[in-house]
This record gives sequence, structure tokens and C-alpha cells, in this order.
Amino acid sequence: MKKSTRNYLLFSAFLIFSFISWLVQYDFGLAIWDNFLVFARDMVLILPPAFILIGLFDVWAKNETIEKHFGKTHNPMRFIYSILLASTTVGGTFVAFPVANALYHKGAKYSSIFTYVTAASLFMIPMTIMEASILGLKFTSIRLLASIPFIVIGAIVLEKYFEKTAYTLPRVDQK
Amino acid sequence: MIGLYIVTGVALVISFAFDRKKTWAGLKKGWMKFYKTLPSYLFLLMLISFILLLSEDFIIENLGQENIFLGLLFSLGIGSVTMMPGFIAYPLSRILLARGVPYMIIAAFVTSLMLVGVVTYPLEKSYMGKKATILRNIMSFLVAAGISLIAGLFYGELV
Repeated sequence: MKKSTRNYLLFSAFLIFSFISWLVQYDFGLAIWDNFLVFARDMVLILPPAFILIGLFDVWAKNETIEKHFGKTHNPMRFIYSILLASTTVGGTFVAFPVANALYHKGAKYSSIFTYVTAASLFMIPMTIMEASILGLKFTSIRLLASIPFIVIGAIVLEKYFEKTAYTLPRVDQK
Repeated sequence: MIGLYIVTGVALVISFAFDRKKTWAGLKKGWMKFYKTLPSYLFLLMLISFILLLSEDFIIENLGQENIFLGLLFSLGIGSVTMMPGFIAYPLSRILLARGVPYMIIAAFVTSLMLVGVVTYPLEKSYMGKKATILRNIMSFLVAAGISLIAGLFYGELV
């Protein structure tokens, strides 16, 4: 069985389970459904515009531009661009993975896309503001400032390895 | 969120004004990517809904370990395998802090929660490939550990 078919089947089973839970007022099932709605609402709102932007990016962004800003070894600015791009990515890693994939196929270096993906899960602006307001500005500042060197070093280490083994990311826009 | 829609709308209008054909090609590409990963997204949301329900009490009960390094490893582990939105994770952390759990442990939990994604593995794999996914998550685990240790130093919880 194809993996996508399996996932759709599992999802249908989940829908049926939730419906039955609702019929018999089964608390555990209802609580799971509530959680699901919370996540699903975000996804339904974020994913369509995000994928429209990714598609437009694919056709408009010139390979040379991406290579210039994200692909040159001797351009340390690429880490700053990656982090800036990450902080404005709505939807965290859910959106960051397809964006990273698109960047890669436009000529971005591994260290840029790994910095981007990692930073996208850590530096989202609305999340950061929420964190600081609940856990304190000191906590959030320490956490974020401390993460930058680790992220960049980690990304460089991974790049060294992937370049040595000539690894390539999968393409996802073909049938 | 509204910002995202405004940006998308403006980008679409500009793109259409410049080149209709290219815009359609872009929309088709975007749709293709979305369509291909939709089952993974659905599966993931389902999984997270289950895990979230089971994890909350478990976390509150288990993060306050006596030994701080054991607690660190434990919170890194829990943060890695669970996934929850910020509006649940931060108030939860606040409760933990009130219960006397060190900042270092909270930093480990929050950071690994965001950085390491065991449940997002199938989704990440479809975009980054198997090897990159595994290595990135291992790297992220180490990064989360490093960040927590630094937070521990700043709060004077380590020495």
C-alpha cells in the first residue's frame, strides 16, 4: 500500500473514531478531537497562503540571486539572511521544510538551509514575544542569544559532512 | 496571520500583472507540493493530538528531578518526542517554574520542543531526505543541550 493511501486511511479511521466519541460522549476521544482542531485550524489558515508563496518563489526567484545570498562560501552574511528569513516565516517548521527544500534547489548552501530550518523553529517573532511575556525577557534573551553560535556551528558541521558525501535533497514538485 | 494573507495577496496581484503564465505555473507547483505532503500533515496532526493529551500531566509530574543532569536529559527527551503549540508550552513551563523546576530544565524542554521533532520525522523526511533529517535532529538535540547548559550558567544553577 502506498504511504499516502495508508495515511488517508488512518485519518479516515480517526475521523470515524472522533464521530463515534461524539455520539457516545467518550471524553478521551473528544479531548483528542479538541486538540486536533486547535492544530488543524492553524494549518488550514497558514498552509494555503504559505504554499502559494512557495510556488511563486519557485518561479520568480532567480537562481543567481539565491546563490549570491545563500550559496557563496565566503559570504558570512548568508547566516544573517537565513536567520532573518526564518524569523519572518509563519508556521514554524511545517512551512520551513518546504521553503528550505525550494531554497536548496535554487542553489542555497547546506549551511544556509540548516541555519534557516533550525532558526525558523526558534526565532518566530510572535512565539518569541509570547515566550518573553510568560517566562520573562531574561530567559528568552539568554535562550535566543545562546542559540545563534550553536546553530551556525551545527549547520557548518552538517554542511561539511553532506558536501563530502555529495548528498542531495529530494525534489517534491514532480509527480 | 493577517500579514501573511496581505503579503500573499499582494504577491499574487503583482505576479499576475507581470506574467500570467508564470504565475499559474507557480500556483501549480505550490499545489503539487501541498498535495504531495497533505497526507503527512494530516497524519502528523493526528499523532500530535494524541501525544499532547497524554503528555501534559506526565511532564508536570516528571520534570522536577532531584539530580539536575538527570532532569536535563529527561526534559530534553520529553521535549524531543512531544510537540505542542507555544500557548500550551509556555504556561506549562510557568507552572513548572512555580514548582521549583530550574530554568535550565525549562530551557531544555522549550528548546528541544521546538528544535527536535521526532513526530515530524515523516514530514521532514519528504523534504530533506532521510539522512539529513536524522542528522539535523541529532544536531538539534546537542544544540538544545548546549543552550540549556548556558542558561544554567546564567541562572547560577550549574555551579
